[in-house]
Amino acid sequence: MPDIFSKNPTPHPFMANTAPGSYKEMLRVAEVSDIEELFEQIPDEHRFTGEWNFPEALKSEVSLYRHVSGILKKNISCEDYVNFLGAGCWQHYVPAICDEMVTRTEFLTPVWGTPSSDHGRNQVWFEFASQLGELVGMEFVGLPLYSFGTAGGHAIRMASRINKRHKVLLPSSIDPERLAVIKTYCGYPELDGYIEIIMVEIDQHSGCIDLDDLERKFSSDVTAIYFDNPNYLGVIEKDAQAICDLAHKFGAEAIVGVDPISLGILASPAEYGADIVVGTTQPLGVHMNCGGGVGGFIATRDEERYAREYPTLQVSLTETVEPGEMAFGLTLFEQSSYGSREHGKDWTGNSVYLWAVANATYMSLMGPSGFKSIGNTIIERSHYAALKIAEIPNVTIPWGSIFFKEFVVNFDATKVTVAEINKRLLACGIFGGKDLSKDFPGLGQSALFCVTEIHTQEDLDNLVLALKDVTK
Amino acid sequence: MIKSRIRKYHAPVWDEPLVMQLGSQGRQGVAMPITEAAILEAVGDPENLVPSSMRRRSKLDLPELSEFEVQRHYLHLSQQTLGMMQISLFGTCTMKYNPRVNERIVYQPYVTEINPHQDPETLQGALEIVSRFDYLLRELSGLDKFVFQAGGGADAAYIQACITRAYHASRGELAQRNEIITTTQAHPCNPATAAAAGFKIITLPLEEDGYPSISALKAAVSSRTAALMVNNPDDIGIYNPNIREWVKIVHEAGGLCFYDHANFNGVMTRIRAADMGFDACMYMLHKTFGGPKGGGGPAVGAYGCRKELIPFLPGPLIEKNEDGSYGLKEAGALSIGRVREFWGNVPTVIRAYSWTRAMGIDGLRDAANISVLANNYMEKRLLDIPGVTKGLPELRKRRLEMTRYSLGELTQATGVTVLDVQNRMTDYGIDAFWLSHEPWFIPEPFTPEAGELWSIEDIDYWIDVLETVCNEARNNPELVKSAPHNQVVHKLSGVNLNDPEKWATTWRAYKRKYKVTE
Repeated sequence: MPDIFSKNPTPHPFMANTAPGSYKEMLRVAEVSDIEELFEQIPDEHRFTGEWNFPEALKSEVSLYRHVSGILKKNISCEDYVNFLGAGCWQHYVPAICDEMVTRTEFLTPVWGTPSSDHGRNQVWFEFASQLGELVGMEFVGLPLYSFGTAGGHAIRMASRINKRHKVLLPSSIDPERLAVIKTYCGYPELDGYIEIIMVEIDQHSGCIDLDDLERKFSSDVTAIYFDNPNYLGVIEKDAQAICDLAHKFGAEAIVGVDPISLGILASPAEYGADIVVGTTQPLGVHMNCGGGVGGFIATRDEERYAREYPTLQVSLTETVEPGEMAFGLTLFEQSSYGSREHGKDWTGNSVYLWAVANATYMSLMGPSGFKSIGNTIIERSHYAALKIAEIPNVTIPWGSIFFKEFVVNFDATKVTVAEINKRLLACGIFGGKDLSKDFPGLGQSALFCVTEIHTQEDLDNLVLALKDVTK
Repeated sequence: MIKSRIRKYHAPVWDEPLVMQLGSQGRQGVAMPITEAAILEAVGDPENLVPSSMRRRSKLDLPELSEFEVQRHYLHLSQQTLGMMQISLFGTCTMKYNPRVNERIVYQPYVTEINPHQDPETLQGALEIVSRFDYLLRELSGLDKFVFQAGGGADAAYIQACITRAYHASRGELAQRNEIITTTQAHPCNPATAAAAGFKIITLPLEEDGYPSISALKAAVSSRTAALMVNNPDDIGIYNPNIREWVKIVHEAGGLCFYDHANFNGVMTRIRAADMGFDACMYMLHKTFGGPKGGGGPAVGAYGCRKELIPFLPGPLIEKNEDGSYGLKEAGALSIGRVREFWGNVPTVIRAYSWTRAMGIDGLRDAANISVLANNYMEKRLLDIPGVTKGLPELRKRRLEMTRYSLGELTQATGVTVLDVQNRMTDYGIDAFWLSHEPWFIPEPFTPEAGELWSIEDIDYWIDVLETVCNEARNNPELVKSAPHNQVVHKLSGVNLNDPEKWATTWRAYKRKYKVTE
């Protein structure tokens, strides 16, 4: 008989009751002579009796560490190479204190306590919502969602429930990953709650939403326009106010997606008329983690028409029975899926709440001056890179004047594909920009480059030299 | 060995202000790199790089603190979070040890500083771990492929709802098949995600055996049936022995069958989803597989299915190339697309792989046995406490890894509710137990889950505290009703937080509504 069917457990560092005395005592008190008695509910024919094809246990920590880290070291990281990939998951510097907080066991391992025993964590969550609310200019902020795209999907569904309309306008410059998520959220025509997606052209000259096309596609059965600012291609939608005004003229909601790290220097969406703001939380103190760092949020004005459509949980500042003592409680829990199952507003569950700890810490470290200076640092460095790249023969930057952090580089005239250029850059220790040729065929052989505060002038000059070389 | 006795405890009280109330104007927590002269010269004043219509005009009212002040503030808040610092038997969440070595591993640059768009050639380590873990889950479930895009269990249920849509649409039957069947004992995320995907929900109630009858299921299935979404055992430790027949009935009606394996801990290595006939299942890596919960994620709902459903999986999919290397392939035309960006919370997949390797198949078997044994051990002691009764006591068979109890008798005798008891237990350093998901069918419910982590002494201590609190409820009910007394803060005053005049999810909303002047 294999070990697995043996009656007594083998001592294991993760399980106290594998100790023979503990195990036997539990059997005695539970009045069990054979462990199998406890599984009497499971019919014999349900049980697996075959051989397991399973690797040997690595109980020793050193063996486990060597094995797992040994495999992971095959990765080449953005600390090994100089990275210019962003495209929905951006490399920013994560202050050491952010990592300290998210690895604190108190924050890392719990699930859910009481308002008193969870007070510290609830306060972090409230500070997350409060600081994010400052950045985007909104008073009502939910707890985080899985990602930017899921936040966008839920926001569109909120709009549709609010105004009972079932068409949404999206710019064709949208991030294809985000669009794929939003499409999933918008459903199928055969079923309830379907929202039709109508794509709006971008103006080839500016890279911004084509206002004429937008106006043509707007009608009084459009629930919302959703757009990102800056857009996926890095371009700042300078006519954001006009877009929001147009939405309001048709009685629709204006949903704006933002990268909060831009908001020290860029106008908050509230300033140009956004009704629902969504966005990413990853740049605020969370590592890329191979995409596992993503997170999202939804924020609105503090009005019932919005608040009562949130799918998320929210914490509210309140008071205790002790005069003057502050505490936090959940608000609008009943409308969540926990409270109302299928009658709730979409659904919620585990999200990325630990990242809210990193985000709150990050925003507190930055403060108003930090956000302004990181915004300036990023825009200076990315514009410098774009200016220098534009000097390379046969390489062009279609929208090189009004962008933040990311910009498109076109290589058509070099006759070398982006795939080939990136292969050659890789050999120089550089992760080149995201290849756009499949997702945006209209842009030809183009790539999306991301430049942030992590890049030095030397990194950027080296990129330019390498690009010159590999596009010859 | 120390015999269990009630220890003195008091939570840390820092009386910590909000971060927005700390600091002083002009103080800075970070400094930016100095802009090189050549950059300044090339781009000029950064103001001019933003069109005037898009420059931020409104004030940014964020706190201004030094780096140390930020660190100290959040350290205080971490200390004011009880969680797993003592004993947490939060049922349905399988509180287990989150091996620290996994944090060491996932906080290396070869995990943190990885962009998902990198050339797969440079992602071989991450792809290999995810792929290896996929194979371990295939073994444990009997299914044919797993994906990790779902950001939690509910998101994996949503994948199922989306696959159900795509599957029936591909057969031209979606307009007709618009109903998903579930039970009152299924987690709310099942009906909620199915409804969000556009389906109508049929919820079967419990019957005398502790699960819905076959006749109820037969009455519910029809040519409109799109899928069945159930868990087994449920979160009160009851196993539906007819589950294979259920799957057969739904399959015969043309529906898909999804196994929500949220309660896998007690049945690991004993049963496999595929052997029950299911088309797909979901495991929670942040619960059953040793990943940390983070107070609610980042989590992973690992979704696995039979080969017939693989074409519908969200992409990108990890593939092993002929040369033994790993690649990423975009999913085909039938794919549901994405439920979330990228291929998942990779660090938590790494942690789950690492945990599973540390356990081995024997360790998994031992963990399942110990979880179920610990639950039955607890039951003997809990039912000796006056005022504690077992939910559905007429069902005599041994419960699996969880049992739902009731404090209804205690409440009737003393007026002390289960929420009061929960609050009072935190005065002894024991964080909340799980009550019950909606709908409640047992009065004043509570659902502890001992799992394989907690020692017999821990379990005894937990029970001793509950017993102490139940005694207090009889002798001094006000003490319990007004609890907690040794916690970070007192009990909430009961302000109606569903009142738009009263709720405040941000400090700026609070300041406006409560007329706070700084």
